[in-house]
Amino acid sequence: MLTIYLIILLGLSFVSYFYGKRLIRRRVYEQKISQHSRDSYHGLYLSLYLIIPSIILTLIWLASSPNIIDSLLKSKIKNSLPDLSLGEINILKSKVISAYDGILPVDSEQMEIFVGFYNSANIISTNFIIIISALVSVSFFLFALNRIRVRFNARSKVENILKFSMILASCVAIITTIGIVLSLIIETIEFFKIIKITDFLFGLQWSPQIALREDQVAGEGLFGAIPIFIGTILITLIAMFIAVPIGLLSAIYLSEYSKPKIRAIAKPMLEVLAGIPTVVYGFFAALTVAPFLRNSGASVGLSLSSESALAAGLVMGIMIIPLISSLSDDVINAVPQSLREGSAALGSTQSETVKLVILPAALPGIVSAILLALSRAIGETMIVVMAAGVAANLTFNPFESVTAVTVQIVVLLIGDQEFDSAKTLAAFALGFTLFIITLLLNVLSIYIVRKYREQYD
Amino acid sequence: MIPNQYKITTSNVNVDYGNKRALHDINLQIEEKEVTALIGPSGCGKSTFIRCLNRMNDLIEGCKVEGKIMIDEVDINSPDTDIVELRARIGMVFQKPNPFPKSIYDNVAYGPRIHGLAKSNEDLDNIVTKSLKRAGLWNEVEDRLDASGLSLSGGQQQRLCIARAIAVNPDILLMDEPCSALDPIATAVIEELINELKERYTIVIVTHSMQQAARLSEKTAYFHLGKMIEYDITSNIFTNPKHEMTEAYISGRIG
Repeated sequence: MLTIYLIILLGLSFVSYFYGKRLIRRRVYEQKISQHSRDSYHGLYLSLYLIIPSIILTLIWLASSPNIIDSLLKSKIKNSLPDLSLGEINILKSKVISAYDGILPVDSEQMEIFVGFYNSANIISTNFIIIISALVSVSFFLFALNRIRVRFNARSKVENILKFSMILASCVAIITTIGIVLSLIIETIEFFKIIKITDFLFGLQWSPQIALREDQVAGEGLFGAIPIFIGTILITLIAMFIAVPIGLLSAIYLSEYSKPKIRAIAKPMLEVLAGIPTVVYGFFAALTVAPFLRNSGASVGLSLSSESALAAGLVMGIMIIPLISSLSDDVINAVPQSLREGSAALGSTQSETVKLVILPAALPGIVSAILLALSRAIGETMIVVMAAGVAANLTFNPFESVTAVTVQIVVLLIGDQEFDSAKTLAAFALGFTLFIITLLLNVLSIYIVRKYREQYD
Repeated sequence: MIPNQYKITTSNVNVDYGNKRALHDINLQIEEKEVTALIGPSGCGKSTFIRCLNRMNDLIEGCKVEGKIMIDEVDINSPDTDIVELRARIGMVFQKPNPFPKSIYDNVAYGPRIHGLAKSNEDLDNIVTKSLKRAGLWNEVEDRLDASGLSLSGGQQQRLCIARAIAVNPDILLMDEPCSALDPIATAVIEELINELKERYTIVIVTHSMQQAARLSEKTAYFHLGKMIEYDITSNIFTNPKHEMTEAYISGRIG
């Protein structure tokens, strides 16, 4: 129903574009004065006024109506079955909605009443919004139609509408981000009501398995985040040790030394590395790199566990090489050619020029590339899950199995869970802490770039 | 071989950018401790020519230089030539001032450092001071040698680049339109400086300003579309040009 209405609306707005164009042509022809805005602006003006208000209205309704109908259904259930507790009402409500969707059978007379109620509420609400939105559309359309004149400034009106829609689009991204952060903060506060913040931040033991039901046997649950943050740091450090030198050297080679032909082939090939799904890196790490490391470790007398921070870090390092090399390459290319010539004219060799002029000038960009890669490494999950394990060992030994923050979030949220248990909420606390860390890194990189950017411009 | 009194001699120099020939058969003799000006309309090849003299064209992909360029009777294009040593002997100042994003001191000390010219820190200080004094910049920057070279004005930046070039003790200075990005006052300061510098250095200057060429140079070469049309004593070029194209250019009819 709603879909058909929206399609009709779209069609009408399409037609009104041409109608607006014809209208203004006719007016110009009749009045023989030069028009202010070109035909297409009048057409756009008409069609945008027809469609945009009712689209916004419909979107608002789509976002809010399920809640309204739900609470209507709840109060209906409550009125007819006053004995039920809040939880039971919620369960019954979910059953009704499932029955309405055809997932559950309608097995009782009462159920039938509720489903019927839910159904009619939905129909009424849809009809309501269609009528309201159609009325709004028609009135905006008539308003716009009435304003079309030969000297009417339709151009700036259309420009304003377009500007407004762009503001709206960027607001969507910002508001979504704010929403995510807010929900993280709220759940994190809930978590810290159960677990003390000092225990979380400075605790040395992480074993979040607690009993969800009374008949389960499980530990008390320890939520000391230090071991898993150490794991993340360890793996990230190994990854950076691999990625920074290799990425940087290949960037320098590509931008300063290589011939255009080699560069045209090598750069896209490096960037292909960035396109490999992380899960593929993950099983490469788990099935190829980790056994290889264990075997070669054994042959020199080192004992490596089959899941090790080293394996995960190595593969993660390979994963972020293209990020560093590609970004650094762009930054190095942006260093003005005049600096290279100035250095060469003084008789410096190419490597002296790179070391003494190019790298210092490109440093802010390189640092921000590295920090970006760092945030990427910190947020990486798949490789760690597959190659480093899930056991929260407090160790700095790269040969042992460790775990990372992201991995623990996954582990916490798989399987049976209650939304208000410390175990589930711990995931939000971890996520929030991780978010703070990557946010700080990003802010730092923006700051560095801003501070040093104008140096050679 | 007949001894040669010229500092720089080029014979039949041709330069190609890819398939396009930029310079045709340039034959030029440049005397020691004189200012030689290269003039001509844009795109005539004068910058390309000056860049041949310290092999800066090596940096440009697809640029091919043919012919013989002798500096102090050594062929600079021969495989035996050490390009680092060559460029250390030939300073270059560019059209747009290009100080490194470093302090004023480090800009001037850059060359001496990479060539190991200073035995000690005091030595390096002396070189920097001497070069800045010769470039006429010392009085303006002596109390802020740690400031970034980019904090200077355009004219000061260009003098800093001159100081940087002479800090490695070259005997030739190549200047590729050194004043084209500067205002008249800064230009006058640089011109005065060039007049002082020619006592020590052989200077080749590319310029768009004919007055500048007339004021500064002993010899002037007129380039047109990749060919050297005329080369003579400056006063002859400006008062009594032999070639009609030269006359057309200096009287403002072309270019």
